[in-house]
Amino acid sequence: MPGPIAVLAEMKDGSARKITLEMLAEAGRLARASGGSVAAIALGPLASGEADRLAHHGAERIAHVEGPELAAYAPEAYAEGAKLAVAKLGPEVLLLGATAQGKDLAPRLAARLNVGLASDCVGFDMEGGKVTARRPIFAGKAFARVGWNAARPMMATVRANVFPPAEPDASRSAAVDTIALGGVKVRSRVTGFEQSEGETLDLTEANIIVSGGRAMQGPENFEILRKLCKVIGATLGASRAAVDAGWIDHSHQVGQTGKVVNPTLYIAVGISGAIQHLAGMSSARTIVAINKDRDAPIFKVASYGIVGDLYQIVPALTEEFAKALKE
Amino acid sequence: MNILVFVKQVLDTETRIQLKDGLIDTSSVKWIANPYDEFAIEEALRIKERLGAGKVTVASLGLDRVRDAIKYALSLGADEGVHLKGDGVALGDPLSVAIVLAAAARRIGFDLILTGKQGVDHDWSQVGVLLAEFLDLPHVSVVVKLEVDPASKRGVARREVEGGVEVVEFELPAVITAQKGLNEPRYASLKGIMAVKKKVIPEWSLAELGIDAALVGVEAARTRFIDFSLPPPRAAGKILEGDPREAARELVRLLREEAKAI
Repeated sequence: MPGPIAVLAEMKDGSARKITLEMLAEAGRLARASGGSVAAIALGPLASGEADRLAHHGAERIAHVEGPELAAYAPEAYAEGAKLAVAKLGPEVLLLGATAQGKDLAPRLAARLNVGLASDCVGFDMEGGKVTARRPIFAGKAFARVGWNAARPMMATVRANVFPPAEPDASRSAAVDTIALGGVKVRSRVTGFEQSEGETLDLTEANIIVSGGRAMQGPENFEILRKLCKVIGATLGASRAAVDAGWIDHSHQVGQTGKVVNPTLYIAVGISGAIQHLAGMSSARTIVAINKDRDAPIFKVASYGIVGDLYQIVPALTEEFAKALKE
Repeated sequence: MNILVFVKQVLDTETRIQLKDGLIDTSSVKWIANPYDEFAIEEALRIKERLGAGKVTVASLGLDRVRDAIKYALSLGADEGVHLKGDGVALGDPLSVAIVLAAAARRIGFDLILTGKQGVDHDWSQVGVLLAEFLDLPHVSVVVKLEVDPASKRGVARREVEGGVEVVEFELPAVITAQKGLNEPRYASLKGIMAVKKKVIPEWSLAELGIDAALVGVEAARTRFIDFSLPPPRAAGKILEGDPREAARELVRLLREEAKAI
């Protein structure tokens, strides 16, 4: 009997983030394919009802590690807590979110457990008990299949917005093991958070993204994109050209030296479509390009394109969306 | 303060990736220093300049061509470079790579280690943090602002997370991985380029690093690439031209009724 497929539940203020539910759904699929079970690891404070929520989303067993050093994210304490939970559960596979926290914690834990870690996975296959992962490389210009050696658990971080969460089933419950963590050396810890202006979803989690490029000509013109974002609930992105010109913060950059995104809808405004940019966004389900140059490479990947002046088209588009969405 | 920077050599980001015999075709590509490592080099140089003392050492693991990435870092102002020979190392396995880098770090000595948050080739985003664990050091990853105080052996970093930045306090020595935005990397000066010619870049093999080759070779690798593929080409789309208002209205209709994207 192989060990469970385990998910390290990423929490925010004690509640499971969406990526946690996405991972539980995929863990459930892998467990059904392998005849195994699903387990969750929760580190630090758990809001009331959250253990039930993890169970409703498929966790059959929960290892909950508690201790004063787990109150705020600290990589060394979280790695040690996760190690204790792994020892308790003996998982075959361990999934973490390919999020700021998951990508920070997973390598430390992998090194501590001396096991392989596949980063930023977008698919898993299980054949005859052997798991392989599919992951983008070169920011999505290519894909690789990755396998693990015999060491367990097989660790992976999972990209957000790839696996749909399952419907919760309130009839399910989970056995909870509580583990105490104490006496751990912590030499780096999070002591504050500064929220970026504007506050929509992060690019990596966004369903709709509107990005501006070189043709925006300056920071002030991004205002018309912000208006469009507001109407359709989109997150604002940018090309490297716009970021390097200093028009917008680098945290908005989409592409090979920025974020690799995976939205349902990506609207590229005044972006020619340099290969580094295309790498970061070409897995979007639907791509819209607005550009005055009919020969711009962005039109080669666009599902829909409008050739014309963005300063006329974007405000018209914002109005039309506002009208249509009100109906 | 002795600052150690690990640099990886990667394919130029302009490269159109193609496969040859099932592998990534590197037969006619341009190699560059990993862009995220450039931020690490720049930060190391700035810390040294601010303190008015110290040394910046750059090391790179790989085949002989990685010496170009080391030379590039030296031309920017790094003091010393070391080439870690890639022979016998599973270079596609982050854990194997980090074991070698950790041994090199112990031999070189350091008060601070900087490297990029990820290589823009395999995109693992692992090696900096693995290294911290193997060296029993704290780390802060994806850093966009860094302050270090050698006197108190403490530092404060800001790291990019979803929706903002986290403030992280840490103890030195530590490993920091650099994100774009940390600084604006300089260009090499002619003087810097000339100075490289006089520098000797030693080569260290696994044996010289005291590493058992069986621990870092392909046979021991914890992960391996099974195969590679290219994303399927996207089908040609619909292009709308003419009156902007009409085109906008039609696009909204298509997105809602045909693509069901909104």
